Amino acid sequence: MNDMTPTREQRTAALEGMGCKRKRVEDIRFTQGKGNYVDDVKLPGMLHGDFVRSPHAHARVKAIHSEEALKVPGVLAVITAETLKTVNLAWMPTLAGDVQMVLADGKVLFQNQEVAFVVATDRYAADDGIAKVEVEYEPLPVLVDPFKAMDPDAPVLREDLAGKTTGAHGPRKHHNHIFEWTVGDKDLTDAAFRKADVTIKELISYHRVHPSPLETCQCVCSFDKIRGELTIWGTFQAPHVIRTVVALIAKIPEHKIHVISPDIGGGFGNKVGAYPGYICAAVASIVTGKPVKWVEDRIENLTATSFARDYHMTAELAATKEGKVTGLRVHVLADHGAFDACADPSKWPAGFFNIVTGSYDIPVAHLAVDGIYTNKAPGGVAYRCSFRVTEAAYCIERAMDILAQKLNMDPAELRLKNFVRPEQFPYHSALGWEYDSGDYATAMKKVMETVKYAGLRQEQADKRAAFKRGETREIMGVGVSFFTEIVGAGPSKNCDILGIAMFDSCEIRLHPTGAGIARVGSKSQGQGHETTWAQIIATEIGIPADNIMVEEGNTDTAPYGLGTYGSRSTPVAGAAIAMAARKIKAKAQMIAAYKLEVHEDDLEWDIDGFRVKGLPEKTMSMKDICWAAYNSVPPGMEPGLEAVSYYDPPNMTYPFGAYICVMDIDVDTGVYKVRRFMALDDCGTRINPMIIEGQVHGGLTEAFAIAMGQEIRYDDAGNVVTGSFMDFFMPTAVETPHWETDFTVTPSPHHPIGAKGVGESPNVGGVPAFSNAVNDAFSFLGSTHIQMPHDYWRNWKAAKSLGVFA
Amino acid sequence: MAKTHITMKVNGAEVEGLVEPRTLLVHFLRETLSLTGTHIGCETTHCGACTVDLDGKSVKSCTVFAVQAEGSEILTIEGIANADGSLAALQEGFRMMHGLQCGFCTPGMIVRAHRLLQENPAPTEAEIRMGISGNLCRCTGYQNIVKAIQYASAKVNGTEFREAAE
Ligand code: FES
Ligand code: FES
Repeated sequence: MNDMTPTREQRTAALEGMGCKRKRVEDIRFTQGKGNYVDDVKLPGMLHGDFVRSPHAHARVKAIHSEEALKVPGVLAVITAETLKTVNLAWMPTLAGDVQMVLADGKVLFQNQEVAFVVATDRYAADDGIAKVEVEYEPLPVLVDPFKAMDPDAPVLREDLAGKTTGAHGPRKHHNHIFEWTVGDKDLTDAAFRKADVTIKELISYHRVHPSPLETCQCVCSFDKIRGELTIWGTFQAPHVIRTVVALIAKIPEHKIHVISPDIGGGFGNKVGAYPGYICAAVASIVTGKPVKWVEDRIENLTATSFARDYHMTAELAATKEGKVTGLRVHVLADHGAFDACADPSKWPAGFFNIVTGSYDIPVAHLAVDGIYTNKAPGGVAYRCSFRVTEAAYCIERAMDILAQKLNMDPAELRLKNFVRPEQFPYHSALGWEYDSGDYATAMKKVMETVKYAGLRQEQADKRAAFKRGETREIMGVGVSFFTEIVGAGPSKNCDILGIAMFDSCEIRLHPTGAGIARVGSKSQGQGHETTWAQIIATEIGIPADNIMVEEGNTDTAPYGLGTYGSRSTPVAGAAIAMAARKIKAKAQMIAAYKLEVHEDDLEWDIDGFRVKGLPEKTMSMKDICWAAYNSVPPGMEPGLEAVSYYDPPNMTYPFGAYICVMDIDVDTGVYKVRRFMALDDCGTRINPMIIEGQVHGGLTEAFAIAMGQEIRYDDAGNVVTGSFMDFFMPTAVETPHWETDFTVTPSPHHPIGAKGVGESPNVGGVPAFSNAVNDAFSFLGSTHIQMPHDYWRNWKAAKSLGVFA
Repeated sequence: MAKTHITMKVNGAEVEGLVEPRTLLVHFLRETLSLTGTHIGCETTHCGACTVDLDGKSVKSCTVFAVQAEGSEILTIEGIANADGSLAALQEGFRMMHGLQCGFCTPGMIVRAHRLLQENPAPTEAEIRMGISGNLCRCTGYQNIVKAIQYASAKVNGTEFREAAE
């Protein structure tokens, strides 16, 4: 061996495979302003469409006058529900089994609902046209409060559902009722509560928020009349699903629809659904014969395309006096707005909310969710979480703190006492899930040690005493949160969207010179798939990540995939990538055996190629195998080196983590300061630690925003009062706390590379950590639960209601 | 609507165009000049995705009319790279420190950070955070953006790069 021969370490490093902090491929273009986002798409003759929207939350639409608008220079068409009816598109199906108006048909049901679509030569002319469209409304009584939705005399919102006593998810109890979903054993749970030493019950609300990625929803639709083909560039997290939806509702053959998701400026669940803008732009292109662009502005984004949460959860825990939890009962009032447009897998009207038993070994539980209509925007998307998992984690994590308070026990100690233990995995939860793996106590103790938990509690006790003596006006909270996520939707046995199983896919082609392309059914919106997917392949088949181009988002070239949301990319698409790579490796082994003139079984894998067992000098690198695949394969074998894998996961994955937040609050002003935030995540095998850390930072920042101020709020008349970045809390670099991160590694036993997914964990675990910190700070003054968001004003109000100004 | 003829210098090159008086600078850059690196995230002066440098000041180009920029010198993200085409220190810093994810805020952030470092070549972490507080990022949580700017500052000043306290 001469000095030039690379060492095994050098060969491994050259691959930049899994576990390496590989710098991102995407950044070369993004840092130079050379990304290609939807609004950058410019086609010859392209028109712009924009909406006339309703100022009312509930009103009858008496008439729409578009004559004056059509006189505006540049305005070419005004599309209304009447126009759409001619192509049977005035209403569209939602992912949740409901229907939704594309344009107001007879009435409007929420403020800023789409009423008419003005098509013009540029965006300014479209705006001029909008100003000239006159709509006659007759206001109707408005329903904003979800708790009044099922009053006998509540206004009837959905006249189209009159007489329908059954919806997509079973019986409807009231004209504003959508579904009731129950899980668990009610009798056993009731019995546990009867026997309990201690019980708690609390209404825990998770307010309405919005994912608001920095790029809004947008599309360009171009219909080619001659070929009968529709091409759509759009901000789609799930481009294949969009193609199928368009084929089903627009009756264009699916092979004549080309959906392209170019670079996407953040998604966070906002870009999963199908919105009226897409339909209108497509129809406008068909009608005018020109490409039509639709770009939402920020106010439209916040008020019309999707929302998240709005879950009002009544949680009850039963426990022994020693602090062993013996039962959980939860009822949720779920405010879905005017149409049920939740982006959940079809059979899951409340998503995976039944993960609400959390990280605890709770023997019996019962859950009931009632979905209802109100005069608010439709949506209910999974905002940086798997379906309704953030709501569930918030519910159980607040409830555990409330129980700890009642038991006069430390909240961390209560958690340690109730954790599912490592030897219980695979663990079957009382509400029907099979947790794959976990070591909760180790994670919890590691974080407690890092922050010197006992010392914090001592400091808090001292501060409380000082506060009571009148020596300080500052109170201190320590927020503990331990979450278990359920991600990677999902196994075809229980997950589908519109009947399509939620698998994912990858196609890898290796070229003769040892480079290749991987096309994947997922779609990055900032997660860095072009970087990390190549790392999986590099480790699996020994081709440097730099030599693998990753392509996503073009439905003509990528294999069918269900897209990126719910932290499903790594668990599902990541697995498909590994499996496709392994198919390639199997063929490569046959080629290597043939070329090295040995039996396949005499070969073993070694970093970047095969070597003959016992003869380490006799090797064939993957690069050489690539070349051989195109000129000298064994007799009878097809040439080439490529593979496709469609991966149907056997189970979900269950990432988990332990977070601790230390916060100080000035009771006189309500001003808080996050002193420390420590986040430990266990996402199984780590593909790129740099990207994981980035995901955690970003998710924590979104969690911080949600817990501490962000809210889509309606006044009594159904006006959105937080509909711009002026009023909707978006933390800047100044407010955003400093994040500390840590990890443990408990691989998923059923995933080909043991990875679990991480992008959403910090949002799931972060919100309860912040809220528990605030609640913990105030608890010694006599409060049990203060609703989010915990902005300065509400903190001050909480202090006031607890009598600190007496 | 009647159009006005305007000229300005963008990234060192003289450009001209016909715009309506109400045309926003960001639309002139993106649509007339096809410089699509400057993004639009809000159109209400809050997000900073549209930040460009106008006569040596950071401005939000969604809140400047194109006619107001008549005769000015503008720098956009497309003009940030080194003359030889290599990444400028800031661009390199964003990549090395993982200061971007979806990349939508990145052009505005980098152009803003460029001006910040002109005004204050060696800012503290607090000064950086305040200095970029007109630019929102939904993806990164800012911590790595701060590091990226510190990296660039050190590189340009020839000092040793020390990461912000962890
Ligand atoms: S687009 Fe100009 S500040 Fe947001
Ligand atoms: S990287 Fe996505 S908004 Fe900043």
